[in-house]
Amino acid sequence: MTPHSDITHITVVQGEARPLVDAAEEPQVMTFPHLVVRELIAFLALSIFLVTLSLVWDAPLEELANPSVAPNPAKAPWYFLGLQELLHYYAPFISGVLLPGVVIGALAVIPYFDINLERKPLWDGTHTRLKLAGIWGSVVALTALFYFTAAHPVWPIIGPLWATAIPMSLPVFGRRSLPFWIFLWFLLCAIALTVIGVFFRGPGWEYTLPWRDGIYT
Amino acid sequence: MNRVFRSIVRHGFPDTNRNRSLAVFTNFFLHIHPVKARLRAIRLTQTWYLGGLSAATFFILTVTGILLMFYYHPSVPRAYEDMKDLEFVVSAGVFLRNLHRWSAHMMVALVLLHMIRVFFAGAYRPPREFNWVIGVMLLLGTVLLSYTGYLLPWDQLAFWAVTVGTNMADAVPVIGGDIKFLMLGGNGVNENALLRFYVLHCVVLPAALLVGIAVHVWRVRKDGGIYLKKPESNE
Repeated sequence: MTPHSDITHITVVQGEARPLVDAAEEPQVMTFPHLVVRELIAFLALSIFLVTLSLVWDAPLEELANPSVAPNPAKAPWYFLGLQELLHYYAPFISGVLLPGVVIGALAVIPYFDINLERKPLWDGTHTRLKLAGIWGSVVALTALFYFTAAHPVWPIIGPLWATAIPMSLPVFGRRSLPFWIFLWFLLCAIALTVIGVFFRGPGWEYTLPWRDGIYT
Repeated sequence: MNRVFRSIVRHGFPDTNRNRSLAVFTNFFLHIHPVKARLRAIRLTQTWYLGGLSAATFFILTVTGILLMFYYHPSVPRAYEDMKDLEFVVSAGVFLRNLHRWSAHMMVALVLLHMIRVFFAGAYRPPREFNWVIGVMLLLGTVLLSYTGYLLPWDQLAFWAVTVGTNMADAVPVIGGDIKFLMLGGNGVNENALLRFYVLHCVVLPAALLVGIAVHVWRVRKDGGIYLKKPESNE
């Protein structure tokens, strides 16, 4: 802590475990004005961006809702199009309930997952062969699962799986923990499914090219 | 200094470190901050201010949302006619709706990016594991808020997007049909569904999210401020 001449420091030292307040000496600044001004600038930048966007781009408004005329395709908002894309491969129970449930459950338990939680490198020189066998056994099993059980092979999941597993097996990247790789896989799947759902799906949920046919909403 | 001013703000002009401390410490809105911050913690590139900006979009959405409520009736087909009134009758009505709509998309995007940033920083690990879980719930709350709002214009886009979504609830084994009925107040997307989504969107979900955000920020402070890697380890 840097002492200030006009403040008297009173330090209370507690014996028991306390929250992890960083005790290391490092530069500090007064919250007012340094942090408050930065927050104000960030808020103003966001506001200017959103106001400009709202001035130049109108929110969509279509015809009055008509339960007897279904648009083709009928798309959900963009953050659900990954799920809607999954509907193309699996029955609604699997794509709409089971898989999202598993992902949300996995996200919630990630911090309680104790494999490599202390940021021990995956390749710390112990059980290397066992770990490699475990990883590639899982990759092959998951690839088979997403290849054979779906109506069409789920490339937006299989692709990210291999894209994650290959660097994971290289000692160069081995400093990362297992939750890191699982999260990366989820993230790449979500991006792949959403991008396909938003840009590359048209009437009948067939593939389209956005630069040729435009973007269907 | 003026007596009335001192009754509102109980410290002098913030040109000394003592008064700067008091400016934060004695202010209801700033008391979520410590009096001093580590320089690394407030750098733009440390957090990109994603959590704070998510809260900022929530604030913009609350203000624009309340203004929109003055012009909106949650009934069929009046809801759609109100959209047309916003377009042709209400001064700056289109701008108001645009700002609410784009801020909502922005909030979903910012919350997602915030979660990704926090994950890759490793900030979910003990002692912050439960705050990560709260964050996951806040993400769900944000998506539900956006989704319930999607129905309110009562146009074709709204109707069919919500129909696609609620049909998924049907797929839950055994209780799926009951869940769908509870969500919609009926077997299809109709006027009852519009009213339910309206109440959820304007009252229940914002209130729940506000409490969740408060707990989330409070726990960040209790865990020693935003997570920073230890300076000596070069990870």
